[in-house]
Amino acid sequence: MNIEQQDFYTQAILSMAALVGLTSFLMLGQGRLLRLIFVFALQGLLLTLTTALAAYSTNNHHLYISAFLTLVLKVMFIPWMLRRQVLAMNMHRDVEALKNNTALMLTGASLMVFSYYVLHPIVLTSSAIMLNALAVSLSVVLLGMLLMISHRQAVAHVVGFMSIENGLFFAAIVATKGMPMVVELGVAFDVLVAAVLFGIFFFHIRASIDSLDVDRMNRLHEVDQ
Amino acid sequence: MIAAYLVLLIPAIGIVFFALNGHTQNCGRLNTRFNALTLAATVWLALNVLNNGTLLSAGKALIVDSFNVYLIVLTAFIGLTTAIFSGPYMEHEKQRGKLTEKRLKVYYSMYQGFMLAMYLVLVTNNMGVMWVAMEGATLATVLLVSLYRTPEAIEAAWKYFILCGVGIAQALFGTILLYYAAVQIGDADYALSWSVLLDNAGKLNPEILKIAFVFMLIGYGTKIGLVPLHNWLPDAHSEGPTPMSAVLSGLLLNDALYAVVRSKMLVDGATQSNIAGLLMMVFGMLSFLVAALFLHRQKDIKRLFSYSSIEHMGVMTFAFGIGGPLATFAALLHMTAHSLTKSAIFVTVGHAAQLAGTQSMEHIRGLIKTQPKIGWGLLLGTVAIAGFPPFGVFTSEFLVLVATMHSYPWLAPLLLLGIGIAFAGLFRHIQPIVYGEQPEGQLPIEVNLWPVMIHLALVLWLGLAIPDFLANWFSKATLLISGSMPL
Repeated sequence: MNIEQQDFYTQAILSMAALVGLTSFLMLGQGRLLRLIFVFALQGLLLTLTTALAAYSTNNHHLYISAFLTLVLKVMFIPWMLRRQVLAMNMHRDVEALKNNTALMLTGASLMVFSYYVLHPIVLTSSAIMLNALAVSLSVVLLGMLLMISHRQAVAHVVGFMSIENGLFFAAIVATKGMPMVVELGVAFDVLVAAVLFGIFFFHIRASIDSLDVDRMNRLHEVDQ
Repeated sequence: MIAAYLVLLIPAIGIVFFALNGHTQNCGRLNTRFNALTLAATVWLALNVLNNGTLLSAGKALIVDSFNVYLIVLTAFIGLTTAIFSGPYMEHEKQRGKLTEKRLKVYYSMYQGFMLAMYLVLVTNNMGVMWVAMEGATLATVLLVSLYRTPEAIEAAWKYFILCGVGIAQALFGTILLYYAAVQIGDADYALSWSVLLDNAGKLNPEILKIAFVFMLIGYGTKIGLVPLHNWLPDAHSEGPTPMSAVLSGLLLNDALYAVVRSKMLVDGATQSNIAGLLMMVFGMLSFLVAALFLHRQKDIKRLFSYSSIEHMGVMTFAFGIGGPLATFAALLHMTAHSLTKSAIFVTVGHAAQLAGTQSMEHIRGLIKTQPKIGWGLLLGTVAIAGFPPFGVFTSEFLVLVATMHSYPWLAPLLLLGIGIAFAGLFRHIQPIVYGEQPEGQLPIEVNLWPVMIHLALVLWLGLAIPDFLANWFSKATLLISGSMPL
């Protein structure tokens, strides 16, 4: 089936999926923390739009609440908190040199292919559209992990962590039109608490190693040295 | 059903209460009382289930059946005995200047928060809420791991936070896939209710459920501490306060395994094969062998026993994976015996470390000479956890072995080998600690070993003769999980 033959909602969701996937790649290659946070906020905004779109097309009012929660948490609160940390630490001029940027991007692309491969059995039960949406969500999750592996700054780790959460949220919206309300509220609560805890942790890590470079936290080993 | 709400309500009140008054003099005792109240509520709940069978609350939000009710009682019991131990222990830590009043507030409040999350994981019927509660347990304990604020503690807590957070996100993806499969066959309102899903498991799409299970196993497996996702576990156990190690090892790991088994029951219903079980066997066996080897190269006494926890969780995952009635019965028994023994060991280890003033095994020596109670407690605990008769761990490991010989005879030698390696690994470290020469100037400290003695006595009882009501209970749970009664 061609994309022109789909209804407007499906076409919009597919474009959103593509844009969300793109933001993940943008984050992956970003060495400047402030820009990283900006792209993360952009991804949150795309999620908000997708949720609002799903709410409008299914006439499902509780999705408007999720859209609002996403807007407040992922577009405003978390980026604001991270930005404040970066400015307070005076890290906004630092550019993190990413080792082997090309290989990183290629790994990211292969992760995306891998997501399609893993989720391929789903085509048997539903449309190829669903496969696209779910595979993009899974690759956002995996790219979030790759972001955490490749960056050394704790701030980047938090962005990766939250973008994993974004991928999951996107999957829930496009595949199932949102989870039951109680679960969504629970997840939003967990994200909020996690964000606050991350703030506390930045403070402790700074006090303990005088930097937010997690590579310098290396006292614990699996076995004796 | 009121009892089930009480079990959730009491710790919820506890969080608020200790957040306000956690610094006062007799808080340890109050914490014990809160846990005792919850234990009373769980016993009431258990009696209810014993008389009336499975309880399902209005709106199918909570479920209490023969599988989770004994875990609920076990959770409350270990929560109580650990609270008894934690009162004087934290007081001692405060006197040594390792803690401030503000941190004690966090400690007691989050102790109750952790218990609440554990009860919620167990009683909820909604797979989504189960995930939320599991993540909640991480969030509640992460500040406790970093409670001492040493660079090591902060590193351990950060690792714990990131690894468990990322790991458990996979379980949410699995849950979303499960929900996706469930809305295709019916009512979206109950599409995450475990009991409804189990009734309709045959109609769920097997392909999607297989993928969902892989994600759930990775996600909850991170919390169980399955190799290769175990890195956070020894760090979090060794750097946090000892009562936390006891409840993490005794409760959190069990409850994560509980979540995996619940998911497995759905997947088994949908796929009509043991594919989920095979995955669990692979990861279980791998964790068991790798952790047994790692036991030999530890220096920190709490890290030693956290690797032992990984090893035992591996055995349980393996046994649930085999899946027959005998193996399931053995796994349930092993869950109980391991929780009781391991929390007892951590309590003793906590005292031993306070006595010697260090957690490094090279410097803890001569416990039996300085303070026979601690020495014997540690020795007996180690003997029990290594799987010696007549303790309960022996019975359950023996049953796992029998079940393995029955279904997968070629895996039995590996299992025996692992048990042998683990035994050697534990004893080469513990023997000099207990019998060695005591360092000069090592003085006995004030201890309360009642929790240890009660736990070890119970494990001994489980090993000598499983009481009738408990055996019935395990049989009912086995029937629920594996579909038939044990031998």
